[in-house]
Amino acid sequence: MASAATPRTPEFERHNLSDEQLVAMLRIMILHRTLENRGFALNRQGKIPFASASEGHEAVQAGAAMAFERGKDILVPYYRDLGLDLGIGLTSYEVMLSLFARIDDHSGGRQFPHHYASKKLGLYTISSVIAAQTSHAVGAAYAIKLRKERGRAVLTTFGDGATSEGEWHEAVNFAAVHKLPIVFLCENNEWAISTPLSAQMGQPDVYKRAAGYGMPGVVVNGFDPVACYAVTKEAMDRARLGGGPTLIEAKCYRFLSHTTDDDDRSYRTREEVDERRKEDPVPAFERTLVEQGVLTPESLDDLKASILAETNEATDRAESVAYPRPEDLFTRLYEGPWEPWQ
Amino acid sequence: MAVATSSSQVLNNVEAVRATLYEALKADDKVVILGEDVGNRGNVFLITKDFVKEFGTERIIDTPIAEASIVGIAVGMAMEGLRPIAEIQFADFIYPAFNQIVGEAAKTRYRSNGEYTCPMVIRTPYGGGVRGALSHSVSVEALFYHVPGLKIVVPSFPADVKGLLNAAIDDPDPVLFLEHKKTYRLIKGEVPDGHYVIPIGKADVKKEGSQLTVVSYGLYVHWALEAANQLEGEGMSVEVIDLRSVRPMDKCAILESVRKTRKLLIIHEDNKFGGIGAEISAMVAEEALFDLDAPIRRLAAPDVPAMGYAMPLEEAYMSSPAKMADAMRDMVKF
Repeated sequence: MASAATPRTPEFERHNLSDEQLVAMLRIMILHRTLENRGFALNRQGKIPFASASEGHEAVQAGAAMAFERGKDILVPYYRDLGLDLGIGLTSYEVMLSLFARIDDHSGGRQFPHHYASKKLGLYTISSVIAAQTSHAVGAAYAIKLRKERGRAVLTTFGDGATSEGEWHEAVNFAAVHKLPIVFLCENNEWAISTPLSAQMGQPDVYKRAAGYGMPGVVVNGFDPVACYAVTKEAMDRARLGGGPTLIEAKCYRFLSHTTDDDDRSYRTREEVDERRKEDPVPAFERTLVEQGVLTPESLDDLKASILAETNEATDRAESVAYPRPEDLFTRLYEGPWEPWQ
Repeated sequence: MAVATSSSQVLNNVEAVRATLYEALKADDKVVILGEDVGNRGNVFLITKDFVKEFGTERIIDTPIAEASIVGIAVGMAMEGLRPIAEIQFADFIYPAFNQIVGEAAKTRYRSNGEYTCPMVIRTPYGGGVRGALSHSVSVEALFYHVPGLKIVVPSFPADVKGLLNAAIDDPDPVLFLEHKKTYRLIKGEVPDGHYVIPIGKADVKKEGSQLTVVSYGLYVHWALEAANQLEGEGMSVEVIDLRSVRPMDKCAILESVRKTRKLLIIHEDNKFGGIGAEISAMVAEEALFDLDAPIRRLAAPDVPAMGYAMPLEEAYMSSPAKMADAMRDMVKF
């Protein structure tokens, strides 16, 4: 029991996460932000055509990734999930290959950044069409259930905007009907590009819809990585043991514009963004781990330095890789060579 | 008249689809069927009748009425190693699934640079002549044949149905399998027993002739054969090619026939503007214009949304053996 002489933050609950795991989560959060900021910088330098933003999503993604079992689970993400992808094993170098659209990128330079595909990681291929991936996640969960593979589950993610899509509803409903091993994680950042939550739904809570489908609905502070880990872990464990699907809503915020091609000053005030920035989960979790004695100020500096070095190394290495060749446009459309006229 | 032998049996097109699906389910645990009313009801045409008793509700899945997710869930199943056969109850209901077919299934292999593939079949009954009105009679092939990444099969004879459906189920890429519903019970034919495959993309010369090449698919192949046989009695020789697949399409078979007969008539039930016939016409014009003795002609539906429910509207929309015979006569005499 803590004495008055050793003040502690009583509200910190580590949910059985070890120091190493807590540091690993913070590392993913900082790496996520560093790589993303690098993407924006490279765009402004004219080196890459496009970058997308997920600042404000670091905590929910690092937390959810910690609940993912590598080598077993499946992740069907959306395009704003850089931290989640990193958290299940994607490397900084692979991220940079994607940003630079180089030949060794997962898609061979075909896809927009952060549309990865890796069977080794259990990371499914996605398009940019909102909510189109949700039914794929459900199909994969159906396969897991059909084969009676206990101990595996699917984690699929999307923004608040995706929950307006009919395809999203169809997929969630089917998962509920069949009690599939899947977790639906909504990263509610309150903005669908320029459209606020109030123009997307009649009430602001996505998790409440779970009751209508007949599955548990959970809401969590999306700026709290440990809380996000805990609810995702509980839901994934339930799914893995045959307990069916869960809808989680993590309330977070998008601090930057939608992408490098967007300017959020045209639709929201600086005052709103500045106010929400006070909740920024990255410095907050840094402070927490130092306060908890998990890190010292010095070891935190070392961690940041190592992440910056990793980002620099990945940037230089990926930039030196060749672009895909014009003839690569024609490969891997179907199995084998292809000509529509036989 | 088809006659059963010891190693074949006479089936109609419904029975051919049913037999092929049954054999696929027996042969491979990874094969699942999902769609509206495919389980308890056994499909609205009874194609999957009683399958649920033998294979269970886990493999014969009655889905909610939600076409986009029928296809989308099949995409996820395929990426996870199953061999889903998704059914869209009528082709007219496929539009909600357009995104999943065009944007997702057709691009899975390409966008992941081969990391993931999408081996799945989407079966759907299409076509008119059954008083199906605006929403139970459409042809959808032209909407999808523009899309790289898909294969599209449109068989018209029971033996082709089985061989091509086997090929579709075995195929490592997504296949749209279109079944003309008027042929379902109308058309009977000898179907070999056991597993066999007809390659997707190979046309078949259903009747040889020397004075005109007719290219068609689906129900109209049967009507074109009826018309061509009538002209045979009038001393005219017409060759009838059944495309069987419209993506890929069999250029060799078309060009070989056109270079022999020097005249080309394309007949399809879908409307003319932007239809399959336009692509064939362009290809023949590019490759064999100087082998032709007459302008290419297309006999196809008018530029209206679909056939009407009232009989005169259906008849006005659709072709007929008599209309086909008239067009063939004009072409031969040109």
